[in-house]
Formats: sequence, structure tokens, C-alpha cells
Amino acid sequence: MTAFLSVSDVSMAFPVKGNGRFLALDRISMDVAKNEFVCLIGHSGCGKSTLLNLIAGLLLPSSGTITCEQKPVRGPGPDRAMVFQSHALLPWMTCYENVHLAVKQVFGRTLERGDLKDKAEQALTLVHLDHAMHKYPFEISGGMKQRVGIARALAAAPRVLLLDEPFGALDALTRASLQDELVRIVESIRSTVVMVTHDIDEAILLSDRILMMTNGPAARIGDVLEVALPRPRQRLVLATSPQYAAYRQHLLKFLYQKQGVAPE
Amino acid sequence: MALFILFVAVWHVLTAAGPADTIVVDPEYAKLAGQSAAGQQTAAIPTPGAVARRGWELLLNAFDRSNPNNLGIAWHLLQSLGRVLLGFALALVVAVPLGFALGLFPYVYQALNPFIQVLRPISPLAWMPLALYTFRDSGISAIFIIFICALWPMLINTAVGAANVRQEWVNVSRVFGLGTFQHVARIMFPASVPMIMTGMRISIGIAWFVIVAAEMVGAQSGIGYFIWNEWNNLQLASMIVAIVLIGIIGLGLDSALAWTARKLSFRE
Repeated sequence: MTAFLSVSDVSMAFPVKGNGRFLALDRISMDVAKNEFVCLIGHSGCGKSTLLNLIAGLLLPSSGTITCEQKPVRGPGPDRAMVFQSHALLPWMTCYENVHLAVKQVFGRTLERGDLKDKAEQALTLVHLDHAMHKYPFEISGGMKQRVGIARALAAAPRVLLLDEPFGALDALTRASLQDELVRIVESIRSTVVMVTHDIDEAILLSDRILMMTNGPAARIGDVLEVALPRPRQRLVLATSPQYAAYRQHLLKFLYQKQGVAPE
Repeated sequence: MALFILFVAVWHVLTAAGPADTIVVDPEYAKLAGQSAAGQQTAAIPTPGAVARRGWELLLNAFDRSNPNNLGIAWHLLQSLGRVLLGFALALVVAVPLGFALGLFPYVYQALNPFIQVLRPISPLAWMPLALYTFRDSGISAIFIIFICALWPMLINTAVGAANVRQEWVNVSRVFGLGTFQHVARIMFPASVPMIMTGMRISIGIAWFVIVAAEMVGAQSGIGYFIWNEWNNLQLASMIVAIVLIGIIGLGLDSALAWTARKLSFRE
């Protein structure tokens, strides 16, 4: 069986000043099954965001191939919608307009105007933002902006949802509530997700499988952890689970013993 | 306000205190020129009171058009404003699309940049004789001069704005698959508006500078012509009134654009 999303033998090198090349990723292969939630974890600068950008098609690999549903990825597209680290909302549009822009791109040819409106509104309701729909991004908090970012990506009904450290810029409490919300959404719509994070708890709480990346340059996937915790998962229950503690230990060992702390 | 009162007081003391200098006229010249040349006439800087009186007179007759050779000052100002706005509008229509082309396509930038760098530092007035020869009309020439001088700041600001749209917004556009038209209309243009508006403010300021000089050189109407004409008549009070009015209108133009910029620009 071929995987839903498949990365095979992908290397990524960036040209650097002079004549050199910086090899960021070295022959990485990974598969993601349908409806699976996969996390990429690693120290900052290890190339995990680069890998996500390659899957998104925002970058093209130096060698190797990426396929999504057997079709090679040749560029970005809404079938691999992305939630950006910096929310990346367009500040001249309201929350609704930001989501509507994505909906219109994907469904503009097939749906009536009213249905497009419904779809955008449903996406915002799903992230509990129906009350702030017609506000501009500068009028809402950082957590709310990231919810709009998630709503925008979900509204495009992507085959694979890509999350690039979506909660990295948020405070701990807001981050926890958004993670819980993401757990709920992902469990309800059963979408395929690839997420980049450097937060161990976040990775265990959300993923079915965690791919640990070695430090760059020439980063590879160093270890894989299957997270067999039953769903629905609850933060409070997990806190006392011995299995959870074991997963945590496994990840910590990899990140801080085998890979050390990334030099700043 | 206190500073202004002090300024007017000093001005008054300096201009009103000393006895007005009587121009010493060569008696031979007086004989030839008749009474008008001899004595009496003074060319001192007028007192604030005299300027205020003259200003009042000019404003009372601002819209007077009974004598085609001596139009009210409002007609001159409107004439100048019209030329500035027309030249500015033409420059805007050229600068924004061209600026986007420069900002979005590096090869267009590389091809046109040398020409821009050579043309930009040329004083707009240097074009005046050539414009007069080409258009055979001082009004059209003045509009052309305004077009030339208003073009560069808007062109360069638009290009810089379009070239530096934040990568994350460009990525949003790519990920959600916006077409070229949508990409320009919904991402690039709104993102560049603050830079374009800054360019427009610089341009309108320069245009309002240049129109006075352009009308002094060539035109038969407009506020620049008015000042030069009053200078030929030695009506210093009228000149000062015109100078103040130019300042007020310039301020008005800039404020109007600043207000528009606030309305059109996004907030973060």
C-alpha cells in the first residue's frame, strides 16, 4: 500500500554566499497515513520547518520526491493548507474576509455565493469565533488570530493540514486552550495533519506518531515514537498516566541526551 | 501663538520705525521718465498692517473676473491647483502600474533602473524650454513639468512597497492558490498602500513647490505668474499675501493626503 502523503529521499540544500551549499535536510523519507496526525519535533534550526515548507510546496527539494495521494507535489496548493507560525492574517481584511478568501479560492467554481458565506462562517464557528467574525486582526488577541489562521486552513478542506509551530508565539495558558481545541477539532473531522513543534507535551497530546529530527546541518529523522494513547485525550488524565510519562522520557532522552542542546 | 505675535511685532518695528527710504533718482532719468519716477515711491518691505490690508483687499476681490488682465487671486490659485492636480493624477496613473512592474519583476527593474536614476535628479524646470517648444502652450507645459516631478517619488515608493511585501502574506497567497489578478488586487496592492500613499504625499509637496517656479517662467496665469507680476509692479504686500496663501494651500493638500492615507492603510 502506498502512503497518503509520502516523502522519499528528500534532500534540501540552500546556496550560501560564495560558492558553497548548505545541506539542511539529508535524504529524508517519511510516510503519513490517511487521518493520521504526525508531529515533527526537533531543536530550533534543525530544518523541521523546511521539511514542512517542502510538503507545502513553498520550497522545492534539491533531490527526492514528495507525493500527496500519489500525485507529485510541484508547488503550493490549498489541498495542503497551512497554519503559519505568525498567524499571517491579512490585516486589511476582517476575520471573515480572511477565511472567505480561502473558501472562495477552493469552492468558488462549484458553490453558490450563499454557500461560500456559510462555509466561511461555519469554519469560524468551529473555532468559537462567531462573535468576532467581522473584526479586524488588530482588534483581537494573539490566540484569537491563530484561531482564525486555523479556521482559514480548515475552511479550505485540505487533504493534509500543515501546522508550522502554530502555538509557538502564544502564552502557556492560551496555548493549552488552543491545543485542547485542536484535539477536539482533529478528532471530530479526522483530518490528516503534519505539525511542526518543539513542545514535547504538545506533540504527545496531539499526535499518533512523532518523528524526531536530528540537529542540522544535514538533518535526518533520528527516531520515531508511536503514541498509542486512547482518544479522546484529556490533558488532566494524561498528566497522571505512566504511559504518558514514558513517552515524555523517550522524547526528552532523544532531544537532550542524543542530540544535546542546540548551540545558540 | 505667542511666537507668531512676537514675529509680527518684530516685523512691524523693523518696517515701520525708520523713515521710508526715498529712492534717489538720477535727475536726468527723472526728466525722461516724468513724474512717476521721481521721489515718493518707496520699495521698503511693507508693514504687517499694510500686508493685512492688502490681503483683505485681495480676498474681497478674489473671484473678480471683470478685468481679464487683472483676475482675482482665487482664479490664479485655482488655475495652479488645477494644473497640479492634473499633472499629479497623470503621474499617479503611470507611476502605480509601472512601480508594481518594477517591484514584482526584477528584470523590469534592472532594465529601467538606469533610466530612472538618470532622469530622476534632473530639475523639473530644466524641461521647461523643451516643453514650451514641444507643446507650444505654457499651461500644458506646466502640467507636463508637474507630471515629471511628481512621477519619481510615487514610482520609486510603489516599487519598493511592492518588492517588500511580507513573505508570509505572499506565502498565504501561494498556499491558497490565488491567481495573478487576485494576488495583485487582494494581497500586493493593499499591502503596498501605505508606501504608495507616502510617495503621493512627497509628490504632491514637490508638485506644489514646482508649479510656482514653472508659472514664473512660462505661464500667463496661476499663482506663480501672479507673484512674478506683482514683483514687476513692485507690489510687495501682494507678494507676501500670495506666499502665505501658497503655504496654507500646501498644508491643506498634505493634510488631505495624510487623512486619506490613514483611511486607506491597514492597521496592525
